[in-house]
Amino acid sequence: MPGAEPELASLEKGLDALELARGERGFSLQRLAGAVLPKLAAVAVVVLVWQAAVLLQLKPSYVLPAPADVARNLGEQWQRGHLVEAVASSLSRAAVGYAVSLVFGTLLGIAIARVRLLRVSLGSVIAGLQSLPSVTWVPFGILAFGLTNTTIYFVVVMGAFPSIANGVVAAYDQIPPLLLSVGRAMGARGTALYRHVIIPASMPGYVAGLKQAWSFSWRSLMAAELIAISPQLGLGLGQLLDSGRQLSDMGLVVAAIVLILAVGIAVDELVFAPLDAGIRRRRGLTVV
Amino acid sequence: MNLAFLPGVQPVQPPKPDPTLPPVWLEQVSKVFGKGEHALLALDGVSMEVHRGEFVCIVGASGCGKSTLLSIVAGLEQPTSGRVHIDSRPALMFQEPALLPWLTVERNVELPLRLRRLARGERRHEVERLLTLVNLLGFEKRRPHELSGGMRQRVALARALAQNSDVLLMDEPFAAVDAITRDVLHEDLTRIWEQAGITVIFVTHNVREAVRLGDRVVLMSSRPGKVAHTWWVDIPRPRRIETAEVGAQSQVITEELRAEIRKHARR
Repeated sequence: MPGAEPELASLEKGLDALELARGERGFSLQRLAGAVLPKLAAVAVVVLVWQAAVLLQLKPSYVLPAPADVARNLGEQWQRGHLVEAVASSLSRAAVGYAVSLVFGTLLGIAIARVRLLRVSLGSVIAGLQSLPSVTWVPFGILAFGLTNTTIYFVVVMGAFPSIANGVVAAYDQIPPLLLSVGRAMGARGTALYRHVIIPASMPGYVAGLKQAWSFSWRSLMAAELIAISPQLGLGLGQLLDSGRQLSDMGLVVAAIVLILAVGIAVDELVFAPLDAGIRRRRGLTVV
Repeated sequence: MNLAFLPGVQPVQPPKPDPTLPPVWLEQVSKVFGKGEHALLALDGVSMEVHRGEFVCIVGASGCGKSTLLSIVAGLEQPTSGRVHIDSRPALMFQEPALLPWLTVERNVELPLRLRRLARGERRHEVERLLTLVNLLGFEKRRPHELSGGMRQRVALARALAQNSDVLLMDEPFAAVDAITRDVLHEDLTRIWEQAGITVIFVTHNVREAVRLGDRVVLMSSRPGKVAHTWWVDIPRPRRIETAEVGAQSQVITEELRAEIRKHARR
């Protein structure tokens, strides 16, 4: 079967060219700098204001340590190996808890989205669990599992899985009905409809849930690590923070807060933000 | 008005069911939405027979159930009563291109081929053929959001053709594109219909478009949806939407359409 005659073909090409006149956006150092520099500038402003407050002696140094003191403290922790140990053990705990939440939350979300009875009964409970501070699960965990890693995993899972389950339900509900009609009209039924339409169509909402679940699991982990302290649990960032409190070392406390913040941001920026941006860009949704 | 005196317009009687079974054949199809007091009769005893290779346009005002009728023929909805015969799963096109936004142009066109379980080599060959047909070679790797509205609708047409169905159902497919693009899409569709020998049922509320494209124009009345009139269009092809013949026939049909709409003024 041939294509259009030359006259129509060139008319169509002309229309297409007129409609598509726009610049291509590729990778460049300039764009990378544009993405990174504002973030560095924001950090610099915070440090400057902090340093100014220290110089003005608004508070005594045991309440408001100087940025340099905190940096020195971080250096000390690094030299003793505490910094690497704390970051590594917290990250691995977060990873285990997150992985369990991922599996559990996803399966539960699918069940709630698909089964009407579950949606009516469990749907609002899961939504409510999201607003329950996960620190409330720490005493429960300690009594149930003792001062073990299980308690910490438990608290992380309780904090993170509702976000994932809610994300799945929201993503499923937001699939455009037209795309489902299109899939069915093409003959996609059952698993084929899931594979080709339902699962890919729910990815943006699902990834939004995953991103949120990461911040919830990181928060929950810190709550658990701050409270569940025992020699056999080893050193996490929360424990490092608590040791600062016990030693009345504000430099260490602020250093630990900076570390917790930095790791949380780093995981979000390196894992979840690119995942989210990639999915949105491919679909032509806005990417900041 | 005696329509038989107007050039190219002949009224026809509602068709009787044919035992030789044309590709699409509806017998007394009715559709009720809702129940009890709130029940809405959307379609009331619609009978229609579409011949192999025919291009039928269905026109009507809002509420004439033309989209419902198409959904029933497509098998997306079940009629409340009556019979629908269709000899294969029809391909379907909507007002929106409804492309899968996560797939490139070629993957969108390829999806029906995958669902038909064609081998990879065959699929690649077929995608190329279909994209040539809609004049979109060179855009294989683009994503839907990178295309204009008209281009997306051409991808949707290629995807519909990929189903290799004898019947193509179109629900106001060009309603959302600009007039220049629509004109070009009419030429594309006519050429492809002639070459592929498919049967097309095309729903629109643009009477001129219906006359420009169809072998037959079916006017449906509103609330409930019924077949009000049918005209054969025997203007020779190639046709252009701006010609006097198309205009004259459109005028006749538009008068009838307006008469149908006026019936609702006193209700």
